Amino acid sequence: MDFNDTPEEAAFRKEVRAWLDANAERLKPGENAPGLAEGRSSPELIKRAQDWQAKKADAGWACITWPKQYGGRGASAIQSMIWNQEESKYRTPPNVFGIGQGMLGPTIMVHGSDEQKDRYLRPMLRGEEIWCQLFSEPSAGSDLAGLRTSAVRDGDEWIINGQKIWTTGAQYCKWGMIVTRTDPTTEKHKGITYFIVDMQSPGIEIRPIKQINGMSGFNEVFFTDVRVSDRNRVGAVNEGWRGAITTLMNERASIGGGGAGGPDFTDLVRMAKQTQWDGRPAFEDSDVRQRLARFYIRLKGLQYTGYRTQTALSRGETPGPQSSIGKLVGAPLRQDMASFAIDLEGAAGGLIDKSLAPEEGAWQQTYLASPGLRLAGGTDEILRNIIAERVLGLPPEIRADKGMAFKDIPTGANK
Amino acid sequence: MNFDFSDDQKLLQKTARDYLAEHAPLSVCRAVLESDASYSEMLWKGVAELGWLGTAIPEQYGGSGFGRLELAVMAEEVGRALAPIPFSSSVYLATEAILRFGSEAQKQELLPKLASGERLGAFAHAERPGEHGPEGVGTKLTKGKLSGTKVPVADGDSAHFALVTARSGKEVGLALVDLTGDGVSRTRVRSIDPSRSLASIQFNGAPAQWLGTAKSWDEIQHVLDRAAVLMAFEQLGGAQRAFDITREFCLGRYAFGRPVASFQAIKHRLADLYVEIELARSNAYYGAWALSNESPELGRAAAGARAAASDAFELASKEMIQMHGGVGYTWEYDCHLFYRRAKWLAVALGSTHQWREQLIQRLEA
Repeated sequence: MDFNDTPEEAAFRKEVRAWLDANAERLKPGENAPGLAEGRSSPELIKRAQDWQAKKADAGWACITWPKQYGGRGASAIQSMIWNQEESKYRTPPNVFGIGQGMLGPTIMVHGSDEQKDRYLRPMLRGEEIWCQLFSEPSAGSDLAGLRTSAVRDGDEWIINGQKIWTTGAQYCKWGMIVTRTDPTTEKHKGITYFIVDMQSPGIEIRPIKQINGMSGFNEVFFTDVRVSDRNRVGAVNEGWRGAITTLMNERASIGGGGAGGPDFTDLVRMAKQTQWDGRPAFEDSDVRQRLARFYIRLKGLQYTGYRTQTALSRGETPGPQSSIGKLVGAPLRQDMASFAIDLEGAAGGLIDKSLAPEEGAWQQTYLASPGLRLAGGTDEILRNIIAERVLGLPPEIRADKGMAFKDIPTGANK
Repeated sequence: MNFDFSDDQKLLQKTARDYLAEHAPLSVCRAVLESDASYSEMLWKGVAELGWLGTAIPEQYGGSGFGRLELAVMAEEVGRALAPIPFSSSVYLATEAILRFGSEAQKQELLPKLASGERLGAFAHAERPGEHGPEGVGTKLTKGKLSGTKVPVADGDSAHFALVTARSGKEVGLALVDLTGDGVSRTRVRSIDPSRSLASIQFNGAPAQWLGTAKSWDEIQHVLDRAAVLMAFEQLGGAQRAFDITREFCLGRYAFGRPVASFQAIKHRLADLYVEIELARSNAYYGAWALSNESPELGRAAAGARAAASDAFELASKEMIQMHGGVGYTWEYDCHLFYRRAKWLAVALGSTHQWREQLIQRLEA
């Protein structure tokens, strides 16, 4: 048992590091790369991200797991992991390309036409065109197949009407991939068609969603008679669910428990030592120490589970099912740690003012942001269902809408 | 990254699992639990003959010369079978302590007999309720004579010798004492898990010697750390078995026209239990790495492994009963075998509360 790279991995890591050293600035110890602030990402930030992406693309370091024919290196999962580990140590612009490059590009590779692959993949890889995912709707989140946004054929075009929600980055994206209802008379997942849509199309209206932490990383996107060419249909008519599954599988693969940034365990310990309870550091209180120990053990459990995943990837194996627990464990843990940190501070825990609050209000910000992590990319409850059904082989949920035509499914509005 | 057991180690684990599946079905644990037997002598003899007891003992002392990683996978299988044998006392505690701290003479005298199984070792530390550091050690070793009472001592009734935490003036260390000799009076005492015997041992001037260089609390804690890692694997094995049995039961048990396993509450709780066991497994792996590399991280790795495994096994055993419904509460069903064992192991090396406190102290060190 050891934590070493294989000779091949070590050589690869060395190559990666050499290129990054020559092309980017290394972060100082303890410094985090600025994450994607949930503000309305500025054009300046997008430009910086695109410049960095182009630089990587020119050197052959963009989307390294993509097949060579689309500009990638055909790199393995472990090489991708090594690349990400190394890149995270440098001061680089936030990644705004993850949705396209991580999920939508791979979907086009599997389900797209040759024309679509030729037109879209290279600009996506180079960061010249940024993509968003138009999936969830106000009445279809966890139950994505219950989507209502419609696409009606009109000659060699389709007319889209409806609304998408939780669309990250819609405001700066060139293209979106949208799942639509094209046949409401059949079962819900059998009447769905997948399209690529130009986000500058007439009839598209983008509205930011204000989250509980005051930020707006997500959007509502309204479609009023938006026209899409049939050449931008991905996959066959009414068979879009297959493509959606491919997209979702890639989403699952890319969302780890991983490094959300923000305050961490060492920050929590430091705060416990600096905060006084009855004239003594809170860190000396037995209950505080027990809570800290529990957090530590859980965090380490996640970290070591990540090592087990990396071990499987290093061997060229599919990671075991325990690799899927990262978000389910990590997101509530983050919320609990923030809750505990605030409690440590007593009434002062209610301060979020950067100049007054301990740790500049970082734990307060985390507390407000953390419910979102338990909902986005698969809610805690859906993740539990997935573990129960796919990992533990337990029976699937009873579907009240099984076999029903979509138009007949109860929605609460049509009892 | 190679954070896993080797193919050879996994093969060893499979061999152990197959052996115990055949020779230690849960009825063997139950037989000890329901009788006055202290342990299954037949099973003990069987595993001794296979060389399990000497897994990590060097060949020069009669062992197989493997390492702690091999011992860890065997411990998991012992745990999976709820094997009613003094494996933890003799192997994780007595053998490890002698290997690490014993004098050459003590090693030569005891290790071959531990390897063959003809001698059982025990570890005697607790004296009264609660958690006590060195100041809680009341048993005294004065001029080669041991005096005091230790209770409970796991396998104290069947062991031939024991390592006993004792003091001499301000120093505390491990005393090696022949339990079959003079000045030793022992009584079996009732345990929450009768498949693992406990004893009260009174020492009245029993001849004893210090174990090699084990003359400080740090060394005693180190012995406990080593045992904690190995016991974590045993706890993991038990937790996993409890989980597997519960899952099977829920799939086969029908209510309201469908398997109990199809109810979302049950699905989610099993998913949560799966997560806890996997987190504990990952922490145990790190403990195994630290142990096999004699890493300075062992203290915190052991504490993390133990706390996680204790909690996971206890949770698994509680969920097992609950998900079985009423029959889970019957003597006849095997659920209580796990419930009892989980709770005993959770305190056998000291409370989880204390181990979590240890973890914080070691993060600071």
